[in-house]
Amino acid sequence: MKKASLLMIIGPLFLLGLYVFPLWNIMLGAPQYPDPLGLNIHINGLKGVNEFDIQNIDGLNHYIGMHTLPKPEDMWEFGTFPMIIGFMVALGVLIGLLGYLNKISYKWFLGWFVLMSVLGILGMYDFNEWLVDYGTNLDPNAIMKLTNPDGTPMTYKPPLLGHVKMLNFDVTSMPSTGGWLMFIGMMLTLTAGFMGWQKTKKQ
Amino acid sequence: MKINNHLIVTMGAALMLVSCGQQNQSSNGALSSSAAEKVYVAPGEQDEFYAFLSGGYSGNLTVYGLPSGRMFKEIPVFSQFPTSGYGYSEETKPMLNTSHGFVPWDDAHHPDISQTNGELDGRWIFINGNNTPRIARINLSTFETEEIIEVPNSAGNHSSSFITENTEYVVAGTRFSVPIPQRDMPINEYKSNFKGSLSFISVDPEHGHMDLKFQLLMPGFNYDLSHPGRGKSHGWFFFTTYNTEEAHTLQEVNASQNDKDFIAAVNWKKIEEYVNNGGGTKMPANYAHNLYDEGTHTATTTMNKEVLTVDPLKVPGAVYFLPTPKSPHGCDVDPTGQYIIGNGKLSADLTVHSFDKMIAAIEGEKFDGEAYGIPILKFEDVLAGQVKSGGLGPLHTEFDGNGNAYTTFFISSEVVKWKLGTWEVIDRKPTYYSVGHLMIPGGNSRKPFGKYVVAMNKITKDRYLPTGPEMEHSAQIYDISGDKMELIYDFPTHGEPHYAAGIPAEILAPKSQKIYRLDENKHPYAVKTPTDAKVVRDGNEVHIYMSTIRSHFTPDNIEGVKVGDKVYFHITNHEQDFDVPHGFAMIGQNTSELLVMPGQTKTSVWEPKQVGVWPFYCTDFCSALHQEMQGYVRVSPANSNIALKWSLGE
Repeated sequence: MKKASLLMIIGPLFLLGLYVFPLWNIMLGAPQYPDPLGLNIHINGLKGVNEFDIQNIDGLNHYIGMHTLPKPEDMWEFGTFPMIIGFMVALGVLIGLLGYLNKISYKWFLGWFVLMSVLGILGMYDFNEWLVDYGTNLDPNAIMKLTNPDGTPMTYKPPLLGHVKMLNFDVTSMPSTGGWLMFIGMMLTLTAGFMGWQKTKKQ
Repeated sequence: MKINNHLIVTMGAALMLVSCGQQNQSSNGALSSSAAEKVYVAPGEQDEFYAFLSGGYSGNLTVYGLPSGRMFKEIPVFSQFPTSGYGYSEETKPMLNTSHGFVPWDDAHHPDISQTNGELDGRWIFINGNNTPRIARINLSTFETEEIIEVPNSAGNHSSSFITENTEYVVAGTRFSVPIPQRDMPINEYKSNFKGSLSFISVDPEHGHMDLKFQLLMPGFNYDLSHPGRGKSHGWFFFTTYNTEEAHTLQEVNASQNDKDFIAAVNWKKIEEYVNNGGGTKMPANYAHNLYDEGTHTATTTMNKEVLTVDPLKVPGAVYFLPTPKSPHGCDVDPTGQYIIGNGKLSADLTVHSFDKMIAAIEGEKFDGEAYGIPILKFEDVLAGQVKSGGLGPLHTEFDGNGNAYTTFFISSEVVKWKLGTWEVIDRKPTYYSVGHLMIPGGNSRKPFGKYVVAMNKITKDRYLPTGPEMEHSAQIYDISGDKMELIYDFPTHGEPHYAAGIPAEILAPKSQKIYRLDENKHPYAVKTPTDAKVVRDGNEVHIYMSTIRSHFTPDNIEGVKVGDKVYFHITNHEQDFDVPHGFAMIGQNTSELLVMPGQTKTSVWEPKQVGVWPFYCTDFCSALHQEMQGYVRVSPANSNIALKWSLGE
């Protein structure tokens, strides 16, 4: 149980990476952008991969009537997510410590993992909702109003995960360093739960 | 039957190829396909070297790639350039100020890249204006001319602009000797009255700013070309001279009488010490110093009123003359600094002086008379060797860093490769036609990159499709990586390239600037956000603070301008994206367009003469809606009282 508890203490600490590294990344490449434009999604706001990428993405998107990318104050998520992550890290470490002192069972480890997974899925759902709004809520006076072959207006929702060809742009959306660190951290807590379960079974 | 015919034709062609190869006697067979492979830079690939070719009478500097011979850019230096508005915009007009007023043109000759410890460092490139003596400094991260200093007491600024091993100085020598100071006197009293000035312009190691530190006033010869000592000869500078006859007319004949002219060896370290200790004479002068500030995007002119002159006789041991046959032209120093090569342009041979022997002769005081008090060393005492080339009209020499030298021969139209030390000729290849300078990247530094040599020719004739009486000059690229030179490419050049300077792309490309930062723009008329755009009247001057971004001007409707006004369009490009300039042109404007780079502010003046509603537009195809990037200015009669009004999207 000691080893499992140590893992349970370390795992949540990986989430601290989210305060430094982006959770997600969307890259936009096109023939005239051999160095692609890039958007890093941090838990507290959006940042360009290169300094002026946000300005340049907004500049291009105004042709098709997309709204400018939100600033931190434009979305409640950028204020709330850092608090939720902070709370989950503290909670996870506390659970690990109590496990180390044999005050609680491994089930708490799994409980933290499940809670974090639920929050993660909710976060993804929320993120996708924003992507839908960003890609479909277009200015009716857009300079270019494009339609699909079936006559419906063309929309520009970036993919949640993976690659999509959008007009002249190749758009690729992938978890970034912070996201991967979170994934590793969560896997460590899952392992901690598993190890705790094994140990309990032997006893 | 048909197949047989094909076979015969194919075999015939193969035979012809074989016999051609034999005729050429080329060491590696020199099939044209291998030359093509050597110069072929596939689409999307980049060149190995930058080559900066002077534009000669274009007044500018052109940038090419090696080995492809593709032209990348023309950098405006001494000439107005309507393409970008250089010399037309209010910000850049001061760059072309001189003591003679605004001079919109010059004859640009010899570019030289800055060095540290004798190796190319790629910070700046310098070039001389030959006609109205000036030296320019170009920043090699923006590829823009940043500074031009006029050289007083000079005329025909030809033995310029060559830099010392640590870019301590950029040196400018006069080709014409003139009365110093200038005065009204009979031309035929030239002899012993005219003087030749050699100017040492210090370069600030931090920001590159130039300052005319001292001028050496030499006898009235013609100082033709020069190069710095390097390595062991660092601290010396060598100048070829002709017209030691001091002829003032029909120089073609009268300046070609002496069997030997001189290479002047100048110990500038010694003179620098003399000057630093308070030596030299301050002389009244009047010369322009034009400096472009990247922060304000604006150039300013300062007129300097004084120059420090040095009489060479007052600094013992500072100047010696090395006799050199036949009106030497090129003056080149090998990478070790040991050999000083004087190319006697009216002879068949090259004269190579030895630095060590020169020092020994000076220490042994083996003089062969003097000229105006300057000791002449004995020819035999300083001679290292002579290259008996069999060519005619040697002009310039470059080095490959492997102990070989390459000399151009104007009259016999060829490049000759020879070995330093043994003086034997290794190879010779024709040029097309009448070659002047040649260039090996770093070929005049301690560390040449001896892979290609570019020969720059004066005569083109039949090399390309004919374009009437006037044609661009031609250049040839030779692969010099083997024992024998191999002609691999031939390309036309812009203007008349005299000298050139090359540098590996890996030194320059990574630091090439992509944009100017808008948040660092300190132009007094810049607008940082479109909401700051405005129109301000000050008497009959109207200042329009305008911003641009794809794809509109802010403002794009302006009213209240009157006939007789002087309208200043101050345009700030708000793009912060690589390669998105916006242009600006106003109908009927008596000036050029502007090309405004991202983050930059430029100003164009318009003096409307007719009532009406006049359009302006973006001249650079900036986006899919470039055609819509346009606007109107309403011009009312001079006596009307229409209020100033400006808007966008109303």
